[in-house]
Amino acid sequence: MERNLICAGFGGQGVMMIGTLLAFGTCNSTDKHVTYFPSYGAEMRGGTANCYVSISDEEIGAPVVDMADDLIIMNQPSLVRFLPKLKPGGNLFLNTSLVDPDVSRPDIRVIEAPVTEMAMDMGNAKILNIIMLGVYVGFTDILDKKVLLDAMNVKLGKRPDLLPLNYEAFEKGYSIGAAAKKDNP
Amino acid sequence: MAKVFMKGCEAIAESAVRAGCRFFAGYPITPQNEIPEYFARRLPEIGGTFVQGESEIASVNMIYGAAQTGTRVMSSSSSTGISLYSEGISFLASARIPAVIVNVARGGPGIGDIRPAQMDYLQATKASGNGGFRMIVYVPSTVQECVDMVYEAFDVAFRDENPVMILADGVLGTMMEPVVLPEMKSDAEVQSLKDAHRPKAIVGHPLAERALAHPGNIGEDHELRNKQAAAMYETWQTNSLRAEHFMDEDADILIASYGISARVSKAAIRDLRKEGYKVGLIRPLIASPFPYADYENINFDRVKGILDVEMSIPALMKWDVEHAVRGRTPIRECLRSGGNIMTKEKVLAEAHALIKEVLG
Repeated sequence: MERNLICAGFGGQGVMMIGTLLAFGTCNSTDKHVTYFPSYGAEMRGGTANCYVSISDEEIGAPVVDMADDLIIMNQPSLVRFLPKLKPGGNLFLNTSLVDPDVSRPDIRVIEAPVTEMAMDMGNAKILNIIMLGVYVGFTDILDKKVLLDAMNVKLGKRPDLLPLNYEAFEKGYSIGAAAKKDNP
Repeated sequence: MAKVFMKGCEAIAESAVRAGCRFFAGYPITPQNEIPEYFARRLPEIGGTFVQGESEIASVNMIYGAAQTGTRVMSSSSSTGISLYSEGISFLASARIPAVIVNVARGGPGIGDIRPAQMDYLQATKASGNGGFRMIVYVPSTVQECVDMVYEAFDVAFRDENPVMILADGVLGTMMEPVVLPEMKSDAEVQSLKDAHRPKAIVGHPLAERALAHPGNIGEDHELRNKQAAAMYETWQTNSLRAEHFMDEDADILIASYGISARVSKAAIRDLRKEGYKVGLIRPLIASPFPYADYENINFDRVKGILDVEMSIPALMKWDVEHAVRGRTPIRECLRSGGNIMTKEKVLAEAHALIKEVLG
């Protein structure tokens, strides 16, 4: 059983951190095979940014997949590029602050969260990725919540003063994901 | 041993440190910048030396110098940067100086593409510089193999007194996966490795017969030195032929691949097996010397075709495969380039085409 995620947006949205936390958490808490592959343009901010995470019971062949089970989309150009790479029956996690939710794919589940606006409402535009990570974990139950919080302690530990805000962001997203799961059994 | 989640480049650097590497020089180039970045932080912690050279040419000559003290040295670059190393690598081979060089390959030719590719195969395995020297070239396909091969490469470089190359690619360099790191050699071990080499080191000696390096014109001894090197290359036929065989015992179709493409091919083979096709893999773990002998064990009455899978257009390793197969079965290609990473779907499609062609 292999599960693949593509996470895409523009540089500065923290797309890579979503993938890193998921993969790091998987490595630390399970015996599963996991790979993380980042792909980005030359720009630090504003360019395209996407990453691939594969989690599997078996040895993982390709760290980059043609077709993914899950897709996290943080901006409109990423939707155009990656929507065809979502398998039928797959899950699309949309940042509806920046992406039109009308995606015209009846064969997939769409989980909406206006994470850019939510982050600004929380007073820090940078935490949109952690909210989205919460949405993803809340919907998929791919890892235990505590595993992600532990991963954040390590990977985001350079700013301990921001950890409480990150926990809060994760919880907000998690609630959205968990609620969407009830609506999409 | 506990597994840690590491990026390929960082794992390569940490493994080198654990193997006793105490000098690194390099010049930045994508996609291997995390290697010098890691060394810059790590080497000063353990009494090592990191130098960011002013160029690739300076960097490769710095390891040429540092290695002559008996210190374990490494440099890394990527494709077009490795081209600039050519003269230096040839000089290392000429002077029989142990050094480990990492190529985290990207697209080519020329400046090419910053994204991953496998287009340096012939350069790495056949002619990394002038003068007909040979060099052992490891071709890892996972981050764990990067770690294990780097650790071993230092011992091999000193065993042979010759440069050794790790030919990785941009996927392996930038991806993260769980790895088990090898044991850290103690300061005493690192010192004793250096001391063992001291009689040949330049430190404390004039440039004389005892010195490892024979820079410049080696005069009357030139042919002798060539013969000695050639004799050493021959020893690889008994100590450095290494290939992996995967599900090939009953295979009627074989995939020939290496590095990241081989890993993707394995996933495709598992799918093809589920579909009922008898497909297997043969891949070099060391591409120079190429494991030609492994192809002699293939039953060509059973194997009806070989699919060469590489992230290079045109195909490069296929030259070695053709040399090994010598026309005994057809060879077809499954290739990507231009920053496109080999996918399972691509391998499946090309494998199905070959199956249809040769098995009907």
